Amino acid sequence: MSVLVFAEHDGARVTEATRRAITAAANLGAPVDVVVAGAEQAAGVADSLAIEGVGRVWLCLGPAVADQLAEPLAERLAALVRDEGYQALVAATSTQTRDLLPRVAAALDVQMLSDVIAIEDAETFVRPIHGGSVLARVRCREPVRVLTVRSTRFDRPAAGDPPAVQRLDAPAEPGPTRLLEEQGSASDRPDLTSARVVVAGGRGVADVGVEELEALADQLGAAIGASRGAVEAGLLPNEAQVGLTAKVVAPELYIAAGISGAIYHVSGMKDSRVIVAINHDPEAPIFEVADYGLGADLREALPALREALEQS
Amino acid sequence: MKILVTAKRVIDSTVRVRVRSDGTGVDTANAKMAMNPFDETAVEEAVRLREAGTASEVLAVTLGDAGSEEVLRTALAFGADRALRVESDDPLEPLAVSRALAALVEREQPDLVLMGKQAIDDDSNQVGQMLAQHLGWGQATFACAVRAEGEELQVTREVDGGRRTVAVRLPAVVTTELDLNQPRYIKLPNIMKAKKKHIDRVALADLGVNAAPRLEVLGVAEPPPRASGERVASVAELVERLKNDAQVI
Ligand SMILES: Cc1cc2nc3c(=O)[nH]c(=O)nc-3n(C[C@H](O)[C@H](O)[C@H](O)COP(=O)(O)OP(=O)(O)OC[C@H]3O[C@@H](n4cnc5c(N)ncnc54)[C@H](O)[C@@H]3O)c2cc1C
Ligand SMILES: Nc1ncnc2c1ncn2[C@@H]1O[C@H](COP(=O)(O)O)[C@@H](O)[C@H]1O
Repeated sequence: MSVLVFAEHDGARVTEATRRAITAAANLGAPVDVVVAGAEQAAGVADSLAIEGVGRVWLCLGPAVADQLAEPLAERLAALVRDEGYQALVAATSTQTRDLLPRVAAALDVQMLSDVIAIEDAETFVRPIHGGSVLARVRCREPVRVLTVRSTRFDRPAAGDPPAVQRLDAPAEPGPTRLLEEQGSASDRPDLTSARVVVAGGRGVADVGVEELEALADQLGAAIGASRGAVEAGLLPNEAQVGLTAKVVAPELYIAAGISGAIYHVSGMKDSRVIVAINHDPEAPIFEVADYGLGADLREALPALREALEQS
Repeated sequence: MKILVTAKRVIDSTVRVRVRSDGTGVDTANAKMAMNPFDETAVEEAVRLREAGTASEVLAVTLGDAGSEEVLRTALAFGADRALRVESDDPLEPLAVSRALAALVEREQPDLVLMGKQAIDDDSNQVGQMLAQHLGWGQATFACAVRAEGEELQVTREVDGGRRTVAVRLPAVVTTELDLNQPRYIKLPNIMKAKKKHIDRVALADLGVNAAPRLEVLGVAEPPPRASGERVASVAELVERLKNDAQVI
C-alpha cells in the first residue's frame, strides 16, 4: 500500500494543516508521497517537505492549476492515483480540499470520508456527524481511501530527509471555471486555524463593540474567531466563523466572549486546550465546555481583563 | 434557464440528536424533521432566480422514503414549479446520491443544479462536487452570491482565506452557504396549495444506479464530554488561574 497526500501551500511552503495531514496519512501504515500543485513559482514548496515518512514529492505546476480550481486538478489527481496505484488520498480538511477531493473520489468511483478525526487502522475511521454531536466509527474498504482529515487531531510530524522530487505534467486545458477575484482579509493577526490563542466573539459583543474584542486579541497576540451569531449580526467577517460547518480550531487558549455555545459552534472549538467563557447568562451552554467560566457582562469584563493583563 | 434544486429531509437543526442505546445509529423515529438548512437556501435562491426572470423553471428533487416528500411540499410552497422524489427506503451514501442525480440530470437537462453544501445529518459535503464530476461540469461550491452573466454564472465563494469570485460556464453545479440569502417565510395559503400539487416519482433502480453501501458503520457514540471546568468569581481570579494553573498567558 502507498498513500498520496494533497498539499496546500502559500506558494513557498506547505501549511501546518498539511504537515499534520502527513502524520494522519502515516497512520495508514504505508509510505507517504505528497503532491503539490500550483504556479511554476511554487517549485520551492518541495523544500518544506523534508518530513519524516515522506518519500517523494510530485510537483504539478502550470497555469491550468495555478489558481487551484477543482476541475482540472481533480482529473489530474485521479490519473496520478490510478497510474501509480495509490491506495489512499489524504488531505487536511479545508474549503479547498472540501471543494476538490469529492471530485477525485467521484472520478475514482469511491465513497470518500470527510473530516476524519481518528484513524484506527487502514480501514477503520472515526468522523463526526450530526453537527458533531455524534461520532461514527466507519469501516472503509474502498480500493482507494479518499479522506479529508481534521488536522488539529493529529500531531506535528518530525523532520526528515529531503524527499525525491519529481515533475508531473500539469493539465494543458483550463477547466470550465475561471478565477475573477480574490478578497482576503488584510490582517496582521495570526492565522485562525493555527493561532496559539483565539479570542472569539458572539452576538453578545454587540454590546461592547468589536474594537474591545480586537484590543484584547492584539494584547494577547491572538487570532479573532466568531460565532455565526456574530457573523449574522455583521460584527465579524464570515472567514472568522468557528464551527463544524466553518473552521475547526484547537488553540492553547480559546476565549469565548458573548457566545451561547450552540453545538455547531462548540464542535468547532472544543478540542482547544484551555477554554474561557465570558457570558452574563449563567445558564449558557458554553459553560459546560469551559475550563474557566466567568459570569459577567462583557461591558465590564473585557475592559477589566485588558487592564489585568496589562498589569500581569 | 432550467434549475434543478435538491432538498434532503434531515432531523431539524434545533433538535438534540440522540444515539440509540445499542449504539447502532441515531434515533430518528420520533425526531422532528425538516428540510436541510443549506437546501432551504438553495431552494430560495432557485425561486428568486425564477422570479427575476433568469430561470424559467425550478424542479425540486429529493431522494428518500415516502415521508421525505414533506420537504418537496415545502419546496413547492417556496415556489418551485415541479417536484420529484427518487424512491429509496434505505439511506443513501453521497456517491449513490450523486450517481442518481447524474442520471436524473440526463433526463431533465437542467442548465443549473443548485444544492446545499452539506447535509446536516451525514455532514459529508460531497454530493455537489461528485455530481459535477460525473457530468463533467464546472462547479462553484460554498456560494454566498450568484449572478447570471450570459452563458456564465458569476459566483462568490466563501473560502478559508476570505472570498473568491469565479465565473463558471453553464451547465454547472452550485452549492450554497447559509449567507447566500435569507429563506422566505412561507405563508399558509402557499402551504395549502402545495399540498394539492402533484409529485413525480422515479424508482432508484429505474435510474440504473447501484446504491449498495460502500461503507460500514461499526457504531455511533456521543463524543466524550470535556472534563468539567469551574466558575471564577472575578476577572482577577481568571487571570490568576490562566497564569498559574493553566499557564497559558
Ligand atoms: C446548519 C447550521 C450550521 C451552523 N453552523 C454554525 C457554525 O459553524 N458556527 C457557529 O458559531 N454557529 C453555527 N450555527 C448557528 C448556531 O446554531 C447558533 O445559532 C450560533 O452559534 C449562535 O451564535 P451566538 O452564540 O453568537 O449567539 P446567541 O446564541 O444569540 O448567544 C449570544 C450570547 O451572548 C450573551 N450575551 C449577550 N450580551 C452579553 C453581554 N453584554 N455580556 C455578556 N454576555 C452577553 C448571551 O447571554 C448569549 O448567551 C449553525 C446553525 C445551523 C442551523
Ligand atoms: N437524499 C437526498 N435527497 C436530496 N438531496 C440530497 C440527498 N442527499 C444529499 N443531498 C444534497 O446534497 C447536498 C450535500 O450533501 P452531503 O454531501 O451528503 O453533505 C445536500 O445539501 C443536498 O442538497
